[in-house]
Parts: sequence; structure tokens; C-alpha cells
Amino acid sequence: MKQLWLTARLDIVESLRARWFLIYSGVFGGIVALLFLFGLTESRVLGFIGLSRLLVTYIQLTMAILPIFVLITTVRSVAGDREAGVFEYLLSLPVGLAAWFWGKILGRYLVIFAPVFLAMLAAVGIAMVKEIEIPWDMFGYYTALLAAMAACFLGLGMLISAIARSTDMAQGAAFLTWLILLLFIDLILLGVLIQGRVSPEVAIGIALANPLQVFRTAALALFDPQLIVLGPAAYVILDTFGATGYKLFALAYPTALGLLAAGLGYFIFRRGDLP
Amino acid sequence: MIRCENLSKSFRRARVLDGINLDIALGERIALIGSNGAGKTTLIRCLLGEYVHEGKVTIDGHAPRSDRTAVLGKIGFVPQLPPPLKMPVGQLIEFSAALSGADHAQIDAIADRLGLPVDSIRARPFNRLSGGMKQKLLIAIALGRNAKLLIMDEPAANLDPAARKIFFELLAERQHEATMIISSHRIDEVAALVNRVIEMDMGKIVLDDKVADDVSLAGVFACRLVVRREDAALAKTLASWKFTSDAAGLVWNGEVAGPDRLRFLGMLSRYVALLADLNLAEKVGAGETAR
Repeated sequence: MKQLWLTARLDIVESLRARWFLIYSGVFGGIVALLFLFGLTESRVLGFIGLSRLLVTYIQLTMAILPIFVLITTVRSVAGDREAGVFEYLLSLPVGLAAWFWGKILGRYLVIFAPVFLAMLAAVGIAMVKEIEIPWDMFGYYTALLAAMAACFLGLGMLISAIARSTDMAQGAAFLTWLILLLFIDLILLGVLIQGRVSPEVAIGIALANPLQVFRTAALALFDPQLIVLGPAAYVILDTFGATGYKLFALAYPTALGLLAAGLGYFIFRRGDLP
Repeated sequence: MIRCENLSKSFRRARVLDGINLDIALGERIALIGSNGAGKTTLIRCLLGEYVHEGKVTIDGHAPRSDRTAVLGKIGFVPQLPPPLKMPVGQLIEFSAALSGADHAQIDAIADRLGLPVDSIRARPFNRLSGGMKQKLLIAIALGRNAKLLIMDEPAANLDPAARKIFFELLAERQHEATMIISSHRIDEVAALVNRVIEMDMGKIVLDDKVADDVSLAGVFACRLVVRREDAALAKTLASWKFTSDAAGLVWNGEVAGPDRLRFLGMLSRYVALLADLNLAEKVGAGETAR
């Protein structure tokens, strides 16, 4: 446990000094600042008003940015460290491989989750000062959704880092993963369905398996009962699960997927060459 | 202490280590030499449990891969290229000490002896230090633990003469309680430090020989030089070896660490036309010298 925490702390300190972290934090802080600046809390679209409107927009933007950011920065830093000899040195110290791998994941998780959460918290803080009503339920669920999203893509990133032997290969694989997930979101599946190339069951199955789609559906479903902005797969999924069932699924499935990917990554890391 | 039995390692089709059989006892000081691609780094990484391999490697009866914590707790490692760590120096020391169960004050003390005052650089990121400072710190971390096995890859390459002298003294203090493996491309850089030479080529051991061990690691030579005329370049070089001259700048006196004498003479050979007299005598006791 001591080794795990020491490794996590080490990764946090390394990340806080890295350029990617500054950009990452700047992007999410900047999004919140811009949303306030453009007066999004005063606008009304599809029934969203006040802070809920801002939070919906924020989570949509986060869903677009966070996965690729987490995937690329994770594989870049992990594979980059291995190439640069950081692993050779630090793994010559008496640290267990499990403590090293999971400690690194824990540290990295805190580092990627903190900026997105703090940016949202800052939005709530500003709203309180401006005396705008705060939708606490929404804030709570979005926090959980962000936590699940971070776990999911961090796990996938660590799996790619464990498999790829060079930074270039790792980056390419991370980008390809993100692209594949993006290609199979609901609205694109709709086009395929219309052309009659896949059965509805397959389309729904893909939408359920795609974490990007799961987040997208979960983020909007609660506040769009008519499902105007959702695609057909999301409609069927919500009809089957019910709103609460889907809310829970949207948290549990991506987290499990991330943990499974990380577990597989650990298995590959442990049985191969370390540096 | 170390036993390699039929140790082999391949990367795809390339066989980098090819059936290495090796026994190293406690107290041996090994020069691991060979050209680039000979397999030195791969062998070191197998000893550190960083590579999976064919054959068997044990250190004190334990496999470095499966008993990582137990084995690596006894090993102090200095890599050839310092890792580009962004963490502050203080944290690197604390991290290493906490994992190894060492006292970080001991690491600080060794760094101080090597001429690296840790207190003044504690908050500085490791990757912002100069090459020599990084090397000193990594040596201090390796020697600041009660390591029974020291594995060092070109450890003195970036050190100035004064730090090299202290480094040799530090090794001398540990020579009876630790085994040392010092990797280098060239034998002349490490010859005076070791009592056994293992040369590798194409993944095999091509030479395994004992070395005459007449000069102790802590041995010091008193040196007196007379030059024909003043020369700025020579004066600067001698000053870096902590030599002092008379008022005319023609007679120089100083001390050379025993293991560094070949390197010193190599340096002097560049100025051989300027030398009128050279006297090098080993100091065998306090104030006593022998030619």
C-alpha cells in the first residue's frame, strides 16, 4: 500500500509539472469561463435554462475533448517514459509491479479528473455568487459521469500503453481507438440503419457497447424526455432500461470497461519486458 | 552471490544474450566491457528483473523478476543516461529512500561528499540539473542504501576529477561488503576500479579474467610536475585536478586518486612537449610516500 501511494504521488508530481497538464487544465477552465462569458446561463434551449444549460453544454464539450485528451496524454507519457529510460531507472528500485502499475493509474486518475471536476465546481461557485439556481442533482450525476468517463479512457489508455512498444505506435493506436468509438455513435448508426445495412438489434448493441454513446445518451436523457436530440438507438435503449436503469448503466459499464482494460494492461505489462 | 545459468534473451529474431553462464561472488568488482550492442545493458536489465529471458538468474538465491522487492532492495543502480524526471530532487531522494528503506540523510551526506549540496537544489526539478549533478545524485542514491550489489553503467563519465576521487573512496569503503558491476565501453576507464574483467561481444562472454589489484580504490598518488614554460590550457586543466603551482607557474603539485592515474597520465600525454619532469609517488600512509 505504501509503494502504491508513493508511486501515485510520484505520478501526480510528474504530471503537475508536465506541459500537457497545463493545457488540459487550461482547456476545461477556459470552457467554463467562455460559457459564462457568452451568457449561456441566460439562454434557453430545449428547456435548459440557467446553470443546467451551462452544465449540459459543458458535459457535451467534455465528452468530445476528454476521451482523446486522456488517451493521447496517457499513452504519450507512459510510452514516452519507457522510451526515455524513466522505467529503467524507477523500476530498478524495490517497487512491486502491481504497486507501480496501479499506483500510476491512481495518480493519473486524480490528475485527469481534478481539472474537469474543479472547472465544473468553479461554475457552481460562480453561479452561487450570481445567485443562479443550482441543479444539485444534475451536478452530482455529471460528477459521477465524469468520474466514470475518466476511468474508462484511462483504462483504455493504459492498455494501449502496455501493448505498444513505442510512443508513435501508442499514439496511433490511441487515435484509432477514439476514431472507431466516434464512428459508432448513435447519429452515425442512424445513417447505417436507414440504409438498412444492419439490423436494429446490432445497432443498439453497438450503441450500448460504445462508451462514448453511453455517456452521450446518459447526459441528455435525463433532461430530454421527448428524446428530440437523441438518435433511435438511444431511444430504444432508454425504453428498455428506463431512465434510472440507464443512469446506473452509464456509470457502471464504462467504469467496468476501464477497469477491465486496465486489468488486461497490467497482465500484459507484468509478463513482458518492462523498459 | 549472482548466478546466471544459460541466460539468453532475444528481441524478435535478434539474439542479444546467448547462453551466458556466470558466477559472481560477494566482494568482486567486475568491469563489464564491450562495444555497443555487445549485450551489456541487456545483461544488466536481466539482473534488475526488467527483462523476461530464457535460462535462470538468481541473486542470493532469489529470482529478480519474481522476488523483485527482496532482490532490488539489495541493489543500487546507476544508469548510463539519467532519466528525464521532472520531479524535484528532494522528492526523488525521498521516493528512493522510502522504497529502499534507506535514510535520506545518508543519501544527502554522500551527495555532499561528492560536492553536491542537496539543500541548495532540493526544490529544483531533476531534469534541470547539469549532467554531472545528475550523475552525482544518482550515485548518492545508489550508495546511500545498504546495497549488497552495485550496478553502475559508466558511473564516473560525467564527474570532475575531485568528484571522481571521492567516488573511488566511496567505492573503497564498500568494497568488502558489496559486489560491484561497472559497465563501460572501454577497459581503460574502469581498469583501476576492478579486480575482474568480463568482456562481452555479440551476446556472449568472450573474456573473463582477474585483474592485478595492487592499488587500492582509496589509494592516492602525490604528483609533482615541472613544465618548461607557462601554458594557459595546461594550467586550466591542472587547476581542474586541484593542482597548485609556484609563483612562476612552472612547478605544479597535487594529488591523483589511484584508480584515476591512467586517466591523469592520458590527459598529460596531450602536453608531453611541455613537461620537463614528472614525479608520481603512491602515498602509503600519513605523510609517507613510496616511489
